[in-house]
Amino acid sequence: MPTSGEDPGQAKAVNSLQRRKFTQLLLGSGFLATAVAFLYPLLRYLVPPKALDLGGDSVVAAKTGELKPNSGKIFRFGNRPGLLLRTPSGEYRAMSATCTHLSCTVQYRDDLQRVWCACHNGQYDLNGKNISGPPPRPLELFEVQVRGGEIFVRRSREA
Amino acid sequence: MSVLRGLRDWLDDRFGWEQLIYPLRKKSVPRHRLSYWYFLGGITLFLFVIQVVTGILLLLYYRPGANEAFESVQYIMTQVQFGWLIRSIHSWSANLMIFTAFAHMFSVLFLKAYRKPRELTWVSGVLLLFLVLGFGFSGYLLPWNTLAFFATKVGTEITGQVPLIGKALMIFLRGGEDVTGATLTRFFGFHVAVLPGLATMLILLHLLLVQRFGISVPPKLEAEWSAKPPEQREMKFFPNFMLRELMAWYVALGVLGALAALFPWNLGVKADPFVPAPAGIKPEWYFLFMFQTLKLIPSKLWVMDGEVVGVLGFGLVALTWLMLPFFESSHPARLKPWITGLAVFALTYIAGMTVYGHFAQ
Repeated sequence: MPTSGEDPGQAKAVNSLQRRKFTQLLLGSGFLATAVAFLYPLLRYLVPPKALDLGGDSVVAAKTGELKPNSGKIFRFGNRPGLLLRTPSGEYRAMSATCTHLSCTVQYRDDLQRVWCACHNGQYDLNGKNISGPPPRPLELFEVQVRGGEIFVRRSREA
Repeated sequence: MSVLRGLRDWLDDRFGWEQLIYPLRKKSVPRHRLSYWYFLGGITLFLFVIQVVTGILLLLYYRPGANEAFESVQYIMTQVQFGWLIRSIHSWSANLMIFTAFAHMFSVLFLKAYRKPRELTWVSGVLLLFLVLGFGFSGYLLPWNTLAFFATKVGTEITGQVPLIGKALMIFLRGGEDVTGATLTRFFGFHVAVLPGLATMLILLHLLLVQRFGISVPPKLEAEWSAKPPEQREMKFFPNFMLRELMAWYVALGVLGALAALFPWNLGVKADPFVPAPAGIKPEWYFLFMFQTLKLIPSKLWVMDGEVVGVLGFGLVALTWLMLPFFESSHPARLKPWITGLAVFALTYIAGMTVYGHFAQ
């Protein structure tokens, strides 16, 4: 191919190549921006809005006399279940009822005198400490107060 | 017949019909003592079609939503004429389909049909198996009963254990932090729109690949065949194999009808997020081997939570399974025996853990 620095044809070709590159860049970034503009709202749409945690910090879990010693009940604590139990010696304890293993709802087993999860046979002692089976962490303990015939449960301050 | 012939000529005139179906006319299926294993994929497809049809029928009455779902299924089962039967067929067919999909996969594995050039057929098939499990998982929640509620809680919590993206994935699946009516709405969408769309595309791809490569002959038989003088070892797909397959479908339909009518599917008790998980709770049988494995892993393994180890382990196994054909030698004389060993182990493990999980306390 003959070369000549002054060849107007070649200069034109180079010029058009640059123009083509420029157009490609313009079009490419336009497409990219469009894709981002579509994808961003879509991805945000897929993430559900945060639910309000109803119920606040304190809740009436039961009335006194409702629970016999060595028994337990599930109560509503905001959106989540809580477990109120009465130890064989008659003390009240309250803890989260959501198993720390795979979040099934636990229950009090009077025959074992333990908190038990039916899903994977996890067991906790009466202070919510994981003592057997797969649960990796203890259950969150709540504060219990008996006032005027009602048993109040509230989140521990340090938690 | 002349009407049919007229229609065919009309189509042929316009679209070149004969040319279009020529590959199907030419299609043949190897004929040997293990040929009956070739029916399983077709039976799975047949059951999928039944799922689509009965699923559409259920949609006429089903209403998603925590306050309505259970009642609407109850309505289908008690008020709608033959509603119990349609729902029972849908549930039984789902279980049979998962069983035949697993059987199909293991037959492909033992007959070594995943070898070059069929790697992508295997990959699309394993992805379909995952989708089928997704169908099972999402559909299980739709009646909104207690068992389904806790199964979904555990199942989505397991996805939450995946490092880095797990939590976001779990919230995406649940439609929030907890399993609520929002989860039901999402699962309904996945079950009736997202998964069917994906499955249909993958099935078409899977069938296209099967059509493109033809049916595989097990390497042992291939060796026997090349040692012996030639004889007729193929049958035409149309009509010879197709008629046999149709008979297999007919048997499958009979089994399905009998199961659905004699053992109608239960509805259970309506889900209540504020009751403890019932004793003896277990997932569906096809998740039982994973459930039992998770149950046996101790809470702490070295520095990691047991469940995280379990989830990572399952993920790794799933990935290896998907990529299995790429570990195989393309030379028929140098097949990797460890792949067959792995298949035997997997089958034994799944079967053993399922039985163990069924009887364990």
